[in-house]
Amino acid sequence: MPTDAILGFAVAGTFVLYALFGGADFGGGVWDLLASGPRKAEQRALIARALGPVWEVNHIWLIVGMVLLFAGFPRAFAVLSVALHVPLTLLLLGIVFRGAAFTFRTYDTRGDTAQRQWGLVFSGASVIAPVLLGLCVGAVVGGTIRVEGRVVVSGFFASWLTPFSWAVGALALCLFAFLAAVYLTHEAPGSALREDFRRRAMGAGVAVFVAALAVLLLARDGAPRVWEGLLRSPFALALHAGTAVAAVAAFALLWTRRFQWARVAAAVQAGLIVLGWAASQHPFLVVPDVTLHGAAASPGAQRLLLVALGVGTAVVVPSLVLLFRVFRPVPTRRAGSEA
Amino acid sequence: MTDLLYARAQMGMSLAFHILFAAAGVALPVLMVLSDWKGRRTGDADYPKLSQKLAKGTAILFAVGAVSGTVLSFELGLLWPEFMGQYGEVIGLPFSLEGVAFFTEAIFLGIYLYGRERVSPGLHLFSGVMVAVSGAASAFFVTLVNTFMNHPSGFTPSASGPMDVQPLVAMFSPGWQYQTAHVLLSCYQASAFAMAGIHAFVLLRYPGAAFHRKALSVALPLACVTALLQPVVGDLSAKHVAKAQPVKLAAMEGQFETERGAPLRLGGLPNVETGEVPYAVDIPKGLSILAFADPDAEVKGLNAFPRDEWPPVAKVHVAFQVMVGTGSAMALLALVTLGWRWRKKAWPHGRKLMWAWLLSGPLGVVAMEAGWLVTEWGRQPWILRGVMRTADAVTPVPHLAAPFWTFTAVYLFLGVTVVFLLVRQVAGTLPSRDSRLTGGEAHAH
Repeated sequence: MPTDAILGFAVAGTFVLYALFGGADFGGGVWDLLASGPRKAEQRALIARALGPVWEVNHIWLIVGMVLLFAGFPRAFAVLSVALHVPLTLLLLGIVFRGAAFTFRTYDTRGDTAQRQWGLVFSGASVIAPVLLGLCVGAVVGGTIRVEGRVVVSGFFASWLTPFSWAVGALALCLFAFLAAVYLTHEAPGSALREDFRRRAMGAGVAVFVAALAVLLLARDGAPRVWEGLLRSPFALALHAGTAVAAVAAFALLWTRRFQWARVAAAVQAGLIVLGWAASQHPFLVVPDVTLHGAAASPGAQRLLLVALGVGTAVVVPSLVLLFRVFRPVPTRRAGSEA
Repeated sequence: MTDLLYARAQMGMSLAFHILFAAAGVALPVLMVLSDWKGRRTGDADYPKLSQKLAKGTAILFAVGAVSGTVLSFELGLLWPEFMGQYGEVIGLPFSLEGVAFFTEAIFLGIYLYGRERVSPGLHLFSGVMVAVSGAASAFFVTLVNTFMNHPSGFTPSASGPMDVQPLVAMFSPGWQYQTAHVLLSCYQASAFAMAGIHAFVLLRYPGAAFHRKALSVALPLACVTALLQPVVGDLSAKHVAKAQPVKLAAMEGQFETERGAPLRLGGLPNVETGEVPYAVDIPKGLSILAFADPDAEVKGLNAFPRDEWPPVAKVHVAFQVMVGTGSAMALLALVTLGWRWRKKAWPHGRKLMWAWLLSGPLGVVAMEAGWLVTEWGRQPWILRGVMRTADAVTPVPHLAAPFWTFTAVYLFLGVTVVFLLVRQVAGTLPSRDSRLTGGEAHAH
């Protein structure tokens, strides 16, 4: 396997992980905004407890993806930074406000009004950021970013303000909310709270299905490569079929209240959606003018980057395992409340 | 203002903002672990309490550092796509390693902050140490990138971009050891001085506050040691700049003509039209001695270089004077404090020295920002010295005033909020009115 393919796979892998972890954190913000019913405060407290120790870590997958992109495929990074300057800047504002407001809410002890205000900033930013992320993905895969030589010629707005991109934005938002709700069913300390998030998870699951359908239908005009992949590439078809199986499984497991396994199925579903995106645009980094191979750094630089990636994996993975073990939901409380 | 200037202003503002939080993220964990360790050694409950307060401060500052750092990793491309598009592969290695360090810092900070009740004391302390080590590593790697921009190496430039790329050579570009040491020290120094300033402030109002004396006794050793080491490292760094980046040195010192036995100019405002530095105090042969350890050494002046390769001379000179001035003041205070400590076998708490520490509280931060301005302005008009001009790296996206003003407003808001929250954290530790009146609790150090 050539180094540029391995690196491309690594970039896709970081995006999968960002969706599974960072995405679910955004989803947590969505449910903070939509908290309702008699257990409104408990829902928010559960979300805050789940996010507190891990959101900064989860969010680093995005930075890792960025760094791999500019170190491994500098040309693509430059093109994306120019063509998507506006949505990326807005996304950054969302990321800044999400993280800062979440932390400020934790440490601001002035009482309920201040808490509510920070909460609103946190949750509002958590809704906007995934949509912007989806808009960017839609532009990258949709083939609307055009490059001549080194110059982006498709303008600064038209490429990402397409119906297809909006559909991808909606899909990202629904998917992240779905993931968060499913994870929270597993982390909820009592059965009432768990049922709250089970209902939310199933509702969001339906929304994911609708949004995914919209993305596929709009792909016919908005992202021809995705559409063709659906019809021709057996690999893409297999990925989409896998996604469908995982989605059905996640729903069935939620229905039968097997939350631990529902969590796994939902993660597989989301991971396959991101991989499906990556596969459908292979071998392009930015459809249709920038390929993996064309944007790749020199082979020597790529090999060193792979070494750094190996070192990083060796250091980060055990630390991550430790982090998630320390903060896994306490089993005794769960056993007590499980009916 | 042109779009180029807005792009530079946005990058500069983002970095100036991020540096504050990054420095705190590097240094506060050390202070936090030190208090934890002192608490375990002495069994004094005030030290764990201090460590928890510091941990809360670290949590707030690190969160803002993390998000503003994310902004920077994107801004590299958003503002300087040509630079990243061509040289991303040359300098991607230290950036990747910085990512790894950032990862471990966040992971262990999560365990340290939220896991006090969940993990053993040993693992808790270990997590704190890992946060401190990762913070230092991440500052180290990111400074390597700046060294590369000051002294590009590890590739052959060509019209179509870098050829024969050797990322390991680029990662350790000449002068890396001085610049990384200088930066790391500045992080510890700035944070320790700020912390000492805060506690000196409380002690001036509540001389009996034992908690704050202990806090001061944690901050002062680090502040004093770094303040005395920094001039030594800074001198090595300047000697390297004198050899490797003579234009920058000439701008720093306001040296217009090449001369032997060049004087050291203290203060003054260089005038590029007349080539003079009015209001400066000259120390004969001082610059030749400092830069080359030889009173008759030749120092290259700005006029030896094409005018369009001059950095903004006045800005670089003034920023340099501010850095050296504040650095000297801090070193002096450190000497006096250490002398007091040596004679009295206790850290000082007298009003005069408390006033001095209060007033010096911001100096570490001022010196750090000024030093960073020296190296950035001093490299202009290049983004990659001698290879790529800043003007050739900037994005073609128009209306850059919009993101500049947006981020300025956002960062201003975040800065004010952070200060507000930190003030409340400190306010929570103030003694009640009674102890202010009764004063004299046990002297602690």
